[in-house]
Amino acid sequence: MLNTHTKNLYQDVILDHNKKPRNYKVLEGHSHMAHGDNPLCGDKLDVYLTVDENNVVVDVSFIGDGCAISKASASMMTTMVKGKPIDEVETLFHEFHKMSTGKLDPDAEPNHLGRLKIFAGVRDLPARVKCATLAWHTLDAALKGERIVSTE
Amino acid sequence: MIQTSEAVRNTATLNVDQIRDDFPVLGRMINGMPLAYLDNAASSQSPRQVIDAVKRYHEFHHSNVHRGVHTLSQEATGLYEEAREKIRAFLNASSLKEIIFTSGTTDGVNLVASSFVEERLNEGDEILITHLEHHSNIVPWHILCERKKAKLRVLPINDNGEIILDNLDDYLTSRTRIVGVNHISNALGTINPVKKIVEAAHRKNIPVIVDGAQATPHEIVDVQDLGCDFYAISGHKMYGPTGIGVLYGRQELLEQMRPYRSGGDMILSVSFDKVVYNELPYRFEAGTPPIAQAIGLGAAADYINSIGKEAIRNYENMLLDYATRKLGEIPQVRFIGTAKDKASLVSFVIDGVHPHDVGTILDGEGIAVRTGHHCAQPVMERFSIPATTRASFAFYNTTEEIDRLVAGVRKVIEVFDA
Ligand SMILES: Cc1ncc(COP(=O)(O)O)c(C=O)c1O
Repeated sequence: MLNTHTKNLYQDVILDHNKKPRNYKVLEGHSHMAHGDNPLCGDKLDVYLTVDENNVVVDVSFIGDGCAISKASASMMTTMVKGKPIDEVETLFHEFHKMSTGKLDPDAEPNHLGRLKIFAGVRDLPARVKCATLAWHTLDAALKGERIVSTE
Repeated sequence: MIQTSEAVRNTATLNVDQIRDDFPVLGRMINGMPLAYLDNAASSQSPRQVIDAVKRYHEFHHSNVHRGVHTLSQEATGLYEEAREKIRAFLNASSLKEIIFTSGTTDGVNLVASSFVEERLNEGDEILITHLEHHSNIVPWHILCERKKAKLRVLPINDNGEIILDNLDDYLTSRTRIVGVNHISNALGTINPVKKIVEAAHRKNIPVIVDGAQATPHEIVDVQDLGCDFYAISGHKMYGPTGIGVLYGRQELLEQMRPYRSGGDMILSVSFDKVVYNELPYRFEAGTPPIAQAIGLGAAADYINSIGKEAIRNYENMLLDYATRKLGEIPQVRFIGTAKDKASLVSFVIDGVHPHDVGTILDGEGIAVRTGHHCAQPVMERFSIPATTRASFAFYNTTEEIDRLVAGVRKVIEVFDA
């Protein structure tokens, strides 16, 4: 079967989210959105959020084209952040970013990543880190009111 | 070229095992598997003969060229100029004055854009390129057109990835100042009818620059036979070092051109009032050139000649046919670029699987392929895809490596249930 590095990454959960992305739509009446680009890969995605007056992400969605890693990451991100207050979402973003770049070992250090730990494997594949983090950078940009983000 | 019986004999004598021994990197293990290097169109590997030539320069001859009376400088100058002669012969240019060392194809195109086309391009003029071009033969023209309010026109391609020549004459107008075309497409492998395009352009006195980056490792390039005005190549695509390339330019045009970059070496005499430019080709080689790399490039040309271009082409055609047949047996594989005349590369997509996932999984098997837009985004757009997976072959590749590629692709399809 697959080599260890690739096996760690291409697990069933990721393959499933790639095939059947969750919250894959334009969110009508959203309060925030941003467009993310990874020019190197040609990955593109839009992230939409509805944030209520208590700063809670009450709804979130995405659309876009990209590799399995970027699509699954976006899909799982939407399922993780829905219903969370913005400050918790930001914490998740930072933890996810640190895990992807090998600066946080999710099995050894405290974190809130939960099922997002499945993406820890990208730290062994430097060329793919941006694929995993594109959705999160885009979400972060949307929350900060920037409409366009590029991972280059 | 006509295939002679001599060429057929040469194929039989191409000894791949022996050739592979010349390339140290081919002995590497990647992720526990022997490296199968199928990314030659991006950059090809160097044989020991090239590496040694560069090493020898650094160990015995290192010094500056054209500047010293001491022994090392004379040796370095001799080696550097010997390399120029090797490239002249390799391209069959008529004079050493027509061989300018650059840093690569990109640099060559930019030289022509800034020293030749710029002062000839006025508002409303046109530059003609093709839909197959690499970004390096698009962006310099785009920038120039924008600055001069000129128009960048594009010859279309058909569904096989071949340039459509039917209306070529309509694209060559009285306003066309230059035509830019690649000899072989790096994205699809199409071998373009460059000679035909040159002939049509020259009937209207329009000069042509050919991007030969992909042609020198595969084709017999004869700039006099092609008749083109400029021909740009890169060393690292033809088994030579990085950071070196060559621009061939017809002497008659080079004589009329302004210098490109300026400084030392490109002048005959300098005072604060007056500068006299050096003769060709030095006028276009300002500053200390990439000496070691030029020597390495000369050694690469020698190496290619020692195997024989006909033998290389026949062997690589065999690899191309084999890969096309074997990958073609997989129903999910869709080739992008199916030109009749093709160099030894296959570009393909698997519906439902992004090329980057293909590339990562193949890398896990020790197989190096290129995935992405190949610096040819207009080509991707033409076929409505974001990217392809590209396997590009060299004379050191084997059918066994292609078998591993095919097995890897089957694995991808299984994992993704595509
Ligand atoms: C067809 C073609 N043209 C131009 C280039 C640019 O070559 P370089 O990057 O060496 O300047 C390449 C290589 O990427 C190429 O394949």
